[in-house]
Amino acid sequence: MEFILKGGLVIDPKAGLEKQLDVHIKDGRILALGSDINEKGVEVYDLKNKIVAPGFIDMHVHLREPGGEAHETILTGCQAAAAGGFTAIAAMPNTKPCADNEGVIELIKARAQRAALARVLPIGTISKGQLGQEISEIGSMYKCGIVAISDDGKPVTNSEVMRRALEYTKIFGIPVISHCEDPSLVAEGLMHEGRWSTVLGLKGNPAQAEEIMVARDILLAGLTGGRLHLAHVSTKGSVELLKFAQAQGLAVTAEATPHHLYLTDEEVKNYNTNTKVNPPLRSAEHLEAVRNGLKENLIQCLVTDHAPWSREDKEQEYDKAPNGISGLETAIPICWETLVVSGYLKPAELIAKFTTGPAAVLNLPYGSLEVGSIADITVIDPQLQKQVRVDNFYSKGKNSPVDGRTFQGWPVMTIIDGRVVMQDGRLKGE
Amino acid sequence: MGLVAKDLLTMDQLSVDEIELILSTAKEMKTIIKRDIKKVPTLRGKTVVTLFYEPSTRTRTSFELAGKYMSADVVNISTTTSSVVKGETLKDTGLTLEMMGTDIVIIRHPVSGAPQMLGGYLKGRVINGGDGFHAHPTQALLDMATIKEKLGGFQDLKVAIIGDVLHSRVARSNLSGLMKMGAEVWLCGPPTLIPPGLAELGARVTHNIDEALRGAQVVIMLRIQLERQKAGLFPTLREYSQLYGLNRQRLKLADKDSLVMHPGPMNRGIEISSEVADSLQSVINEQVTNGVAVRMALLYLMLGQKGE
Repeated sequence: MEFILKGGLVIDPKAGLEKQLDVHIKDGRILALGSDINEKGVEVYDLKNKIVAPGFIDMHVHLREPGGEAHETILTGCQAAAAGGFTAIAAMPNTKPCADNEGVIELIKARAQRAALARVLPIGTISKGQLGQEISEIGSMYKCGIVAISDDGKPVTNSEVMRRALEYTKIFGIPVISHCEDPSLVAEGLMHEGRWSTVLGLKGNPAQAEEIMVARDILLAGLTGGRLHLAHVSTKGSVELLKFAQAQGLAVTAEATPHHLYLTDEEVKNYNTNTKVNPPLRSAEHLEAVRNGLKENLIQCLVTDHAPWSREDKEQEYDKAPNGISGLETAIPICWETLVVSGYLKPAELIAKFTTGPAAVLNLPYGSLEVGSIADITVIDPQLQKQVRVDNFYSKGKNSPVDGRTFQGWPVMTIIDGRVVMQDGRLKGE
Repeated sequence: MGLVAKDLLTMDQLSVDEIELILSTAKEMKTIIKRDIKKVPTLRGKTVVTLFYEPSTRTRTSFELAGKYMSADVVNISTTTSSVVKGETLKDTGLTLEMMGTDIVIIRHPVSGAPQMLGGYLKGRVINGGDGFHAHPTQALLDMATIKEKLGGFQDLKVAIIGDVLHSRVARSNLSGLMKMGAEVWLCGPPTLIPPGLAELGARVTHNIDEALRGAQVVIMLRIQLERQKAGLFPTLREYSQLYGLNRQRLKLADKDSLVMHPGPMNRGIEISSEVADSLQSVINEQVTNGVAVRMALLYLMLGQKGE
């Protein structure tokens, strides 16, 4: 396969490149970058006024398979990723059974290969059975290709287990992704604790429940010298603690989700269960702090925390409905509008949060447009305004709190391994 | 003139005019309750369903009687004997009832927001009979009917609401309704039972019962539940009673003609002494009668209006 992307603004944060260039792609690799590339008989895509970026990486996705196929499969999750502009996604291990052994990792890899729409990077569990008691066979899973370990969805409450995980992963150089919450302080909390939890009569989950664990894990990173990555940072205090960690020179990185940048706890007011997510939607001062954390590069990655659920699971009373937002197909426009249009980040800085940021955390060879590199590319139309319609989602999870809203800045093309898999929001070959 | 919205879910949704309309209609309805033959044909041919997912004596019975006094057919569904125990969802239970031709569903539910959810699924009307810690608008309206009847109005009244505010839908709905009508609302309880953000909503908050009572024209005591002690929110009922119980001595701090109210059921000797509960200042029994009157008014305004 050979084609030329013509006239787009090429932004490659890794190379420090931001220039209108043509990109010549052949046999899965970037063959050439140049100001006016013309080859007879080679297909040309006109990308004037579009941005050509390295393929976007989402390092926090729940694919549900095996076990939760009613909510999502590896195939539908990969379709959603491609449609949403992502070329690589890291799969969280809280499946049923959970990915705490080579067998499940191999199954995920095999089915992802069959889907062939996005690179699926498996994450193994920290602890056997995600029980938080004994560390998993991290070495065996590493041989099968895991890029990190995490008990995401559940915190590791036992500090010694967390310590051992941070120590043991030093053999392999992979990060421990921590889902930070103190369950005894969350208690039965259903939403952010504050004015709105009071008005709505829903039990509050205070910001400090997250921050206590962020503080603990940063101190353990100091004790062990291990690599810590904080999942879905959502509070002002967590951002301040990241500043502390950075000042100490610790190997601590972090990620934030679009919904924690864009939606406040006020959104819960109609009891729409699609606003129920963990960590919960926070108040405006926390949103502002997370946006500034991204600006100051205390937070290096943007992730979806894509958590699809079937309609019947979300069509329940607020306390019974599960936590999670289907995010793959709305993440880029929400972030573009919230961070770039409103001036927090330059386009290149936003692109870095989805490319070089996660590539550095997970030691990935992706996230570059240099000649010779793998042709994983995301093309964005920064002017395109479009309405979110969950009925058009490829994901089985229609659980989006932004259904019906219009955003600016959408992915219009996804290229993986030099193959165009998505164009104008629809998958190729439909 | 009727109510604007299809459903009655919270006090927040009601305008001052709507509240005045409900209270004045309730006053008329009260004359029916006082009659020997308590039956008017207003709602003949209308069907009222009470769907209660939590135990209740006064709310459910007063809705039932309110419907019957106005000749509606009333069906009571208790979740322990319905398909709910077979795992039927709230959505399907609601739709099933609607398909049988019900005109209005009164729901009580332990989860905040469940009536909103039901209202979204049904074409027919829904009244919130109390949801979680969120709202209990008919209780607030009957409390307000009682205050208006005894004191004439709400402007600049000091109302003290004392007890477990955190878990109280009664406190939230009264706060909303009373503030809208111009009263000054004080909320009082131990810090473990006071949720955040109340000052932002315009309430005065104190942990000192004497401060809350001083000069108050209305004192609303909230029920304290033993399970809150088990959850570690206060050490013992004995200590709670000493710190936040209303007794004769403390009541002297309030206005000498103050009203003492309680949504029931009372824990005599814990949040309120029997001496106070049975005193001349207590209007707790009046509240019960006004509960029927207010619910008649609501059923009338929501179902009885012609030409909708």
